[in-house]
Amino acid sequence: MALTHAHASGMGGMRAAGDLVARVQMARGMRIQEAKAYVAERLKLSVSELTDPVIMTEVRDDLQIGMLTPMPGCAKGIEAKFRIAEVLGLDINCVQRFRQRTT
Amino acid sequence: MGKIRTRFGDGTPLELSESELMEDLENGTADAAKRGDIPVLSKEELQHLVDIFKAPYNFVSVEPGNEVVLSYDAGTLKIRRVGVNVDRIQALQIYEKLFGADTMELCHVDYSFKPIKPIVTMERPILEQALLSTHIPLFYGAMPNLGLYSQPDGPYPNPAELLPQGKIDEAQASYEATVDSAVRDILYASNAMWESGADGINLDTVGAAGDADFQASLIASEKMKEKYPDMCIELGMAGEFILGMHSELEYDGVRLAGLYPHDQVKLAEKAGVTIFGPVVNTNTSESCPWNLSRSITFMKECSKVATIPIHVNMGMGVGAVTVNDHPPVDIVSRASKAMVEICRLDGL
Repeated sequence: MALTHAHASGMGGMRAAGDLVARVQMARGMRIQEAKAYVAERLKLSVSELTDPVIMTEVRDDLQIGMLTPMPGCAKGIEAKFRIAEVLGLDINCVQRFRQRTT
Repeated sequence: MGKIRTRFGDGTPLELSESELMEDLENGTADAAKRGDIPVLSKEELQHLVDIFKAPYNFVSVEPGNEVVLSYDAGTLKIRRVGVNVDRIQALQIYEKLFGADTMELCHVDYSFKPIKPIVTMERPILEQALLSTHIPLFYGAMPNLGLYSQPDGPYPNPAELLPQGKIDEAQASYEATVDSAVRDILYASNAMWESGADGINLDTVGAAGDADFQASLIASEKMKEKYPDMCIELGMAGEFILGMHSELEYDGVRLAGLYPHDQVKLAEKAGVTIFGPVVNTNTSESCPWNLSRSITFMKECSKVATIPIHVNMGMGVGAVTVNDHPPVDIVSRASKAMVEICRLDGL
């Protein structure tokens, strides 16, 4: 059922920009159109490109914000979330705490 | 025009003519409008539903550009429920990398805040490790579940035993005591998981034990937001209206018993909730078109009056999804598309 919803109406998660739009909704309480517009502007994309997995794979690779198929040397996990916080201009709770514990 | 294949709310196959389909859609929206004192769906919206149900495909989807964010309740629990023997961090990775999840939730199999409290020290390192290796936002979630606070499971007299004896005052006093205990447990566990780095806290199945359950969740949300203004709180409901088990409880001067989603969301906003997850229950004796039209009527009004993101609950048995362990793709995809497109939702 979760898969049916993901295909019927989901943003595709990190295959595309679903996780990024979700982060903006969660951090700023933005409604969907506003959140999509915010992410599109930060990534310098159109809103329609946010759900395109081919375009987003290139964007995610270029920006080092985590890829579905992680290639050697690319940012993964918490490393990618440091970059996501920077790219989206948001505070990410676990990134803040990682920073506090390591500095 | 041949018959249109659809289903009853329990998933049993059903065939309707186009006029029968429209009749069910009209009756569904009329039922919601009457109960909620809200507008019925317009002719154009009903025709859009007819077109969705008439589509000769097993699977349908939203038009490009209409996609929404998905959040999940009882996330890691569902992998174990189907007998897949992976641990919870692996379950999160499966959702993230294989299921296209936009967000995910870490949870314990004993999915209530009360049993989480004594094991929160064991839960925190799991979340902390998961946050190192995943990318999508992670909630930590559980249910307020006020039923666990009355005897024999908890310390307070059982209202379900007191009410039939006519001991109304005693039953109400018991509910009020459970609110205080539940708020303490929700705060203890949620604050700890936030301190471990969670992206959000999900209060799930809110209102399952009635108005006291909803009140406890609103009070806890308010207190969490006071302490951690940046915390994302998702509040997902248990049913379409608040059961008045106590019947006189209020939040911000509003009586909670009997509230429907478009009224619930206004209180959630006042309490500082970030994302609201309303519910409409599926009626197994009616058709899926009847259920979907009814659900959309409620959800459209809720989305219209809301200023915070709305993630409608569309799991088994709610949001016109059939009451069956294996909801059919034809109904789930139609409900998903119709709900998102007509209600202008922010997520599911």
